[in-house]
Amino acid sequence: MSSLTFPRFFLRHPILPGFSLTFGFSAFYLSLVILLPICALLLYLSDMSWAQYWQAVSDRRVVQSYYVTLSGAFYSTIAATMIGMLLAWIITRYDFPGRRLIDSLVDLPFALPTSVAGLTLATLLVPGGWLGQWLYPLFGVKLAYAYPGIVIAMTFTSLPFVVRTVQPILQDIGNEHEEAALTLGAGKVQIFCRVIFPSLVPALITGASQAFIRSLGEFGAVIMIAGNIPFKTEVSSLMIFVRLQEYNYPAATAIASVILFSSLALLFLLQLAQARYISGKTK
Amino acid sequence: MLKKALIALTLAAATFASATASAQDKTLLNASYDVAREVFAEINPRFLTHWEKETGQKLKIDQSFAGTSRQAQDIIQGKKVDTVTFNQVTDVDILAKRGLLSKDWNKQFDNNSSPYYSTIAFLVRKGNPKNIKNWDDLVRDDVKLVFPNPKTSGNARYSYLAAWLFASARFNGDEEKTRQFVGKFLHNVENFPTGGRGATVAFAQNGQGDALLTFESEVVNIAKGDEFKAEGFEVVVPPVSVLAEFPVAVVDKVVDAKGTRKEAEAFLQFQYTREIQELLTTFNYRVHHPEVVAATADQFSKVELINPNEVLGSWDDIQTKHFGTNGTLDQLLAQKP
Repeated sequence: MSSLTFPRFFLRHPILPGFSLTFGFSAFYLSLVILLPICALLLYLSDMSWAQYWQAVSDRRVVQSYYVTLSGAFYSTIAATMIGMLLAWIITRYDFPGRRLIDSLVDLPFALPTSVAGLTLATLLVPGGWLGQWLYPLFGVKLAYAYPGIVIAMTFTSLPFVVRTVQPILQDIGNEHEEAALTLGAGKVQIFCRVIFPSLVPALITGASQAFIRSLGEFGAVIMIAGNIPFKTEVSSLMIFVRLQEYNYPAATAIASVILFSSLALLFLLQLAQARYISGKTK
Repeated sequence: MLKKALIALTLAAATFASATASAQDKTLLNASYDVAREVFAEINPRFLTHWEKETGQKLKIDQSFAGTSRQAQDIIQGKKVDTVTFNQVTDVDILAKRGLLSKDWNKQFDNNSSPYYSTIAFLVRKGNPKNIKNWDDLVRDDVKLVFPNPKTSGNARYSYLAAWLFASARFNGDEEKTRQFVGKFLHNVENFPTGGRGATVAFAQNGQGDALLTFESEVVNIAKGDEFKAEGFEVVVPPVSVLAEFPVAVVDKVVDAKGTRKEAEAFLQFQYTREIQELLTTFNYRVHHPEVVAATADQFSKVELINPNEVLGSWDDIQTKHFGTNGTLDQLLAQKP
């Protein structure tokens, strides 16, 4: 289907002027900033044989690091999605003193160098730290320099993605729908589940997937709080760093390619899922 | 009027010319490891005065600080560094391998071209509650350690080697027993930060582990420095440890192109003078100058230092056998404790 519509699209004279210029610039920019580095990566990979590639990416320790990274990103995405939705809800729906402050604080993880964030979190959460002295006896598990630290650091750095994608949607919905539902006799839970939540789903999916992918690649914050014990708390980006330090560039590139292509595949799948969801809804 | 303008113009030209002349004063770029900042902030001005007194020439020294593997990478990729003052022999060797400096760089200056050296020591908590005295205390079940990841940090590579050399001497070179010992040692590590600073924070600020392992100079600086003085940490220098040389070298390719060989060599030679050797001991580095050694004998604990090259072969061999991908270090970490 799409292969048929593609050429027809280019033959049609566009209504808005400047199409060729803007399209050309976009293509150029995409090539320069995204495709060129990917090509360089592939070029590096082409030096390796399949056996070497497989050996580099299937090393037991590296495989374990995929598991740590994926599961950490998974849990942190759940946490970030829930906390992010709450934050967005509060910021958009209630006008309270300090709302603007909270609104701007949400972006802090973007502004803060992530290794600083990781180090700060570690200092707070160690058993003797400000937070850790209360949390440690409560849960009885180590938070900083252990697996939970990875999840916390990932949640911290990916939270703004969820808030910033959900927030405009919530603002758009306005109160009218809720009021209409209320006059039709819906309860509070019903309003949330059947009126508000469904319209948030696409934004939540986008936000969550961005948060997930950000977490897959997170380096600075995670290595500062993870403890980095082999087979337990080593993330894949650290394995890339380790290979670089060994002057083993091909192996580093190979591991990077696994992360990159799985992220790309995931993004693509999510695009498809979202397109289907939206078209399914309008039918 | 015209005459005045002409005079002004010549004057301006003259000042411009003299400005460019002073811009042509030679500049040296010295690349060092991260924690060398304070050291070279002291050394460099002294050398500049010394050089001006000797030759009447003005000289300028720019400094660059980073992990030395990173520095080596930058130099390989074309950074115009005249001299390197590193804390890793392997990172100078890499430069020699790439033809940037001569293969026998370590014969250019005295003491294997290392004006000063250090070793691995332990920093323990106040009162040494776990009674840590030697390397075999570090493999006890109740002792937890903190040091950086040996893959990403040079001083941690020395910690690993020190444990290996200690065990190898104790078991008379029995490799299987040595592996067991070092494996246990590695599994006692609670936390592998990627760099020295991260390890210091984890141990000193965040209360991780019972002992922090790093260069003796660093250990003493942490214990005595203002930042953590109040914690009362104690320095433990084990009776046996590893010799960690801090190599210096002239980057031949760069100095020949820039015409700064004379200055670069003089700068490195200057590190061996009594004045600088004394200065280095105030930063807790061990030095070679016999008078300085005699004068500071009380400052440094007696320790038997083993040169890794005498037991394990060249740095090349050590690098591939122990620190390469799936080398001994990786194998030991992969073992179940």
